[in-house]
Amino acid sequence: MKRLPIAALLLLLFSIPLFAGEYFVNLGSQILIAAVFAASLNLLVGYGGLTSLGHATFMGLSAYISAWLAVKMGLGHAATAPAALLLTTLIGVAFGWIALRATGLGFLMLTLALSQIVWGLGYRWVSVTNGDNGLSGLTRPQPFGWSLDVSSHFFWFSLLVSCVCIFLMARFVKSPFGASLRGTKDQARRMAALGFNVHAIRWFSFIVASFFAAVAGLLYVYFHKYIHPSVMSVTVSAEALLCVIAGGAGTIAGPLVGAILVVVLKTYASAYIERWNMMLGLVFLFIVVFMPAGLVPGVAHWTRRLRGDKS
Amino acid sequence: MQIWVIQILNSLSLGGLLFMLSSGFALIFGLMRIANLTHGSLFMLGAYVAATVARAGYGLALAALAAMFAVGLLGGLIERLVLRRLANNAQGQVLATLGLSFVAADFCLMVWGGDPIPIITPALFKAPLRMMGLIFPTYRLVVLVAAIVSALLLYLLIERTRLGAMIRAGVDDMSMARAVGIPVSLLFTTVFCLGAALAGLGGALAGPIFNAYPGLDAEMLPLALIVVILGGVGSLAGTFIASFIIGFIYTFGIALMPDLAYVILFLPMVLVIAFKPSGLFGRVST
Amino acid sequence: MTTPALELRDLQKSFGGVAVTQGVSLTIQPGERRLIIGPNGAGKTTLFNQIAGEIMPDSGTISVFGQDLTHQPVQARAHAGVSRTYQVITLFAKDTLAHNVALAMLGVNRQRFQIFKAFRSDDALYERALQILSSLGLSDKAHLQAGEISYGEQRRVEIAVAMSQSPRLLLLDEPLAGLSQDERAMVRDLIAGLPRETAIVMIEHDMDVALAFAEQITVLHQGRVIVEGDRETVVNHPRTREIYLGT
Repeated sequence: MKRLPIAALLLLLFSIPLFAGEYFVNLGSQILIAAVFAASLNLLVGYGGLTSLGHATFMGLSAYISAWLAVKMGLGHAATAPAALLLTTLIGVAFGWIALRATGLGFLMLTLALSQIVWGLGYRWVSVTNGDNGLSGLTRPQPFGWSLDVSSHFFWFSLLVSCVCIFLMARFVKSPFGASLRGTKDQARRMAALGFNVHAIRWFSFIVASFFAAVAGLLYVYFHKYIHPSVMSVTVSAEALLCVIAGGAGTIAGPLVGAILVVVLKTYASAYIERWNMMLGLVFLFIVVFMPAGLVPGVAHWTRRLRGDKS
Repeated sequence: MQIWVIQILNSLSLGGLLFMLSSGFALIFGLMRIANLTHGSLFMLGAYVAATVARAGYGLALAALAAMFAVGLLGGLIERLVLRRLANNAQGQVLATLGLSFVAADFCLMVWGGDPIPIITPALFKAPLRMMGLIFPTYRLVVLVAAIVSALLLYLLIERTRLGAMIRAGVDDMSMARAVGIPVSLLFTTVFCLGAALAGLGGALAGPIFNAYPGLDAEMLPLALIVVILGGVGSLAGTFIASFIIGFIYTFGIALMPDLAYVILFLPMVLVIAFKPSGLFGRVST
Repeated sequence: MTTPALELRDLQKSFGGVAVTQGVSLTIQPGERRLIIGPNGAGKTTLFNQIAGEIMPDSGTISVFGQDLTHQPVQARAHAGVSRTYQVITLFAKDTLAHNVALAMLGVNRQRFQIFKAFRSDDALYERALQILSSLGLSDKAHLQAGEISYGEQRRVEIAVAMSQSPRLLLLDEPLAGLSQDERAMVRDLIAGLPRETAIVMIEHDMDVALAFAEQITVLHQGRVIVEGDRETVVNHPRTREIYLGT
């Protein structure tokens, strides 16, 4: 079964801080955060057929709530983390209901509009969010006294959290409920006739997706120890979407592969090219036009074509 | 009283600009079922092009015309070269326009830099009107008039011309439109150009009020989305009325509660969505 | 008096001023085989879709085994014991036959709320799915994708999917559409072999098969019930001839 390669991979990942330098370990942490975020979006896009352009909202809200409770209320991580997750998920309940009043393009526009409102709020509600200055002076948690300020410790922590999240998400999509979600993507009408409550299935999945995005948000704010409204921008939502479609939507591994690609591309490309946004846009265009199924199947398809196979 | 006058005129001019932006978006969405996320960028490009032409010494009228044509042409290129390749792939089209919006944003940064570029209000409109002891900023009125004229022309186009009849047919029932021989391919390009040109014109006229600056696209696009969601697709009147509703809410919101202005935008949208998902006047479902 | 499997009372439906269903009333007993026929445009599909819950009637009532379903959403149908097939095959093409059948059974099963346990390992549902496919002679194809089998086989699977929910009322929407002679025979046999307890309402144009199947026939024309009765009555009725031959 798949158990052996996964175990080997996990062993490899766990050992990274033992032989890689601090820079790479930190890069690894960033990839893990992006992977959880992209995987949560994939629940909606890849499995539910609901393309959201506002997913960064949940990552950002969770980060901001955690930061605000720490900075303005002086609460410790044991309180801020569950509060951030709970409140963000509740907002997911509300936003999900609003956005699902429409489907398809209407849904997409609603998620974008809602997301932009929150983003704008992040910049303007200066008394709460500190606007363009962001909230700084944040700390990383110390689970059982273990300091996460050491980058290798933080990497292991993120790896642990990511594994748990991805495991839960994998169980979710493979469960009977997950099967019903996939069904609503292909044939919503048929699913309703079979007795499934399509709206409720979508709404619940939206809520679950917002929860895991909130987890990514916590990892994000712990890593950077700083939060700025730009984390809720449509660019970040688009980057997550790129991870999903680049890697291959509707698979567990797809967004993970996509996260590696996008984070590495972003890190190295921005060293040479000033204009990451333009690069992001062009990559988007390239994938959407030439490799809509994702990089992995797309590359395979084009290599076959170039070699002259008629498949 | 004076403050009210200023705010009301600001609301009206914003409403007018929103109409020029949103009507193009609504047309494209209604006919081609494409949520054109590049629309904010087209508006911004209109502002930048107009600013450049104005800086070269030509008047605002010429600058606005130049913006209209340039952006309209760009729209046509986008439709032909990119969107056409993704026919029948609604999601792909949206993602492609998203990608293009990122490219456009950075392109503007590269060409025009990060500082806002002002467009000087034409001397003709600089002096405010004085009536009944109140001062009326003239340019705001000009923008409002331009928007109303555009609305009327658009109405005439859609209701009284052959092109308009074809558009209406396509919005109502695309397969039937094809069946009766409407040249859908040409129609699509034309409408996309028209929508883009309207956005470009809006951007140009917005120049003296907002300046051309990076981020204008991201500010305007969600407003256009809210207008279209609120007003419904398939109704010019809906877009018109919703543009002004949002114009008022946004302007007064920023004036009265600057921190929470964005939240105020939420409310009408959520209320309408909750009770009438097809929008106030919508005939086409999203 | 037994509760009717399906009772329609004075159903009305108009689309933009055009009345498509005009005061249709009909009663179907448990286990009955009812055929609905009528020329094109008679409103058969609209009527079907109202029974199936995809369209809400403007007025009138729809009751299934005494339960008023008129204003219930589509998903309530399956739980009331109503299953349907579609004119255009709606199987999940990229999923296996076994998955298609199991998913259908899941629709009326408590399991569908499970978010942690794996679907596959729910042996009972999958076992049953394989049994059903075996009764169709398709057990060797159970793990093929639905899009990979022949059209005739897809039609039979479509019916099996609907039957897997053990419905008390089955709605068949042109189950023979687009089939070859041999395939038609197989589907005909399948329908003939369906459990007697299940009431079946069928829309079909293939007169040979349809007439052989039908115990009671309802003839629709311009949204109204024109003739109703058994085979003999309907076939010999002057109005039937009038509608079909235009005399």
